[in-house]
Amino acid sequence: MIEMRDVSRTFVIRSRDGRRLRRSRTVVRAVDGISFTIGAGEFVGYLGPNGAGKSTTIKMLTGILAASAGSVRVAGLDPARQRTALARRIGVVFGQRTTLWWDLPLRDSLTLIRHLYRVDAAAHRARLAELTEVLDLGPFLGTPVRQLSLGQRMRGDLAAALLHDPPLLVLDEPTIGLDVISKATVRGFLERRNAEQGTTVVLTTHDLGDIERLCRRVMVIDHGRLAYDGGLDRLRATAGAQRVLVVDLARPGEPVDLPGVSVMRVEGPRQWLAIPQGSSAAAVIAELTGRYEVRDIALREPDIEDVITRLYRAGRGSREAVQ
Amino acid sequence: MGVYLRVAGYAFRRYSTYRVATASAVVTNTVFGFLRAYILIALWQARPQLGGYDVADAVAFSFLTQALIGPVNVFAGSLELTGRIRTGDVAVDLHRPVDLQGWWLADDLGRAVFALVFRGVPTLAAGMVAFGIPLPGPATLAAFLGSAALAVLVGFALRYLVSLCCFWLGDERGLHTVSTVSTMFFSGMILPLVVFPGPLGEVARALPWAALIQVPADVFLGRHTGTGLLGVYAFQAAWAVALLGAGRALTRAARHRLMIHGG
Repeated sequence: MIEMRDVSRTFVIRSRDGRRLRRSRTVVRAVDGISFTIGAGEFVGYLGPNGAGKSTTIKMLTGILAASAGSVRVAGLDPARQRTALARRIGVVFGQRTTLWWDLPLRDSLTLIRHLYRVDAAAHRARLAELTEVLDLGPFLGTPVRQLSLGQRMRGDLAAALLHDPPLLVLDEPTIGLDVISKATVRGFLERRNAEQGTTVVLTTHDLGDIERLCRRVMVIDHGRLAYDGGLDRLRATAGAQRVLVVDLARPGEPVDLPGVSVMRVEGPRQWLAIPQGSSAAAVIAELTGRYEVRDIALREPDIEDVITRLYRAGRGSREAVQ
Repeated sequence: MGVYLRVAGYAFRRYSTYRVATASAVVTNTVFGFLRAYILIALWQARPQLGGYDVADAVAFSFLTQALIGPVNVFAGSLELTGRIRTGDVAVDLHRPVDLQGWWLADDLGRAVFALVFRGVPTLAAGMVAFGIPLPGPATLAAFLGSAALAVLVGFALRYLVSLCCFWLGDERGLHTVSTVSTMFFSGMILPLVVFPGPLGEVARALPWAALIQVPADVFLGRHTGTGLLGVYAFQAAWAVALLGAGRALTRAARHRLMIHGG
């Protein structure tokens, strides 16, 4: 479905240097030699810190940006050259932007999109009915888009991206800013769409929940290079990310002594314990409460930035995972 | 074609929802029509037959140009597209399976038709009632509508170019101001271009801004007929083609080297 080979994209940044009038010219490599293949029916999470090159990759996939070097093929087409043909085969959602028209009711926006993608009336009716049901659009189909809540708008945007029934769905931070329930709705919808219709999904996010719930395959980009490509579990193992138990003891004291558990930090009665890979948090907690007087416990999952930070710090070693 | 017609239709509808804004625009345009008419009356009483206009022509010119402000969007400087480029929302527009320029042209035409009917007509009607500006015959009126349509096209082409420059400039405000001031001065909004002396007049009458206000107003006043009318149509059409062509070239260039703001 997607094939990228040695793809790079550079931007030229001109900036005024201090008080001198001469302007300096810096070439920024937003994407720096990326190669990967995504097959039909895959659900891929594309991760990376801000500025890593995620959105640039997405824009090259959709043909909004042309690659500076390398080759990009999506659904058998060259995105930059065959942008219009490609747009009819992919659905795109930019979480921070909307494809809907601010002043129009949602229903009218969707009708306009039907004409944009030349969907015939009967197919449109059937798909709209289906999407209305699964995304629960009914209550606000007649509401102008500017009055929708973020969660409603996102559901509307998802419907807009799928009205032409594309085999590939590209989502750029689809759950950004959504509340827990809206997130769950969006995730459930994407999961079903992928499982039942075989829609290939590529998703960028900063939300580990999205990744854990949905993605069987994860790609991590940093400084414009692919730092990891593989399953989620292996990502955690590769990155050496650990879950952390934050413990409030009854009294300040020495770092706790538990087999296999290392103490990362001590601040008065509060201690941060790293749970080793593959260990059960329950076992550690049982051990801990058996030996110490504990006031409170919180378990922290490693967040995605942490995983990526570790991954990147781990250096080039993980590069072999890509090869 | 169908989708562009829809876009135009939706633009028309979108503007029609802002009724108070439309009404206040009509009032403003009309009030300034009176102001400008009295200034020009004073000028033409001091200098009769200046630039080949008489006092009646000058009064009609004031209201005509006021009526054209809306459709030609003289004070806008650029399109809504500018804001979308600044915020990066243009990424959404660029992804759609339509031509970016065609899309925005359709949007602007919908807006222009609305503005002509609901801003232009009432403003001109006010001038007709107050000053007895005569309504020309059907042939002249049709010729005027043709010229006004070309004016809208040239106006769009210019504003589209200004908008696209935002891809490179990062901030459009400077260019916006230059564009608005040039449009006002060289279109005939401040003074009819017929009174500009010597070479300044010749240059001003050859620039694309003349196609926005001066030319359609002169067509309304019956100063261009027969082959003369074809000549001014050709003048407007040539600018429209050249500027739309430049817009296309700039769109292509933007696609290849642009940076979209905000990730």
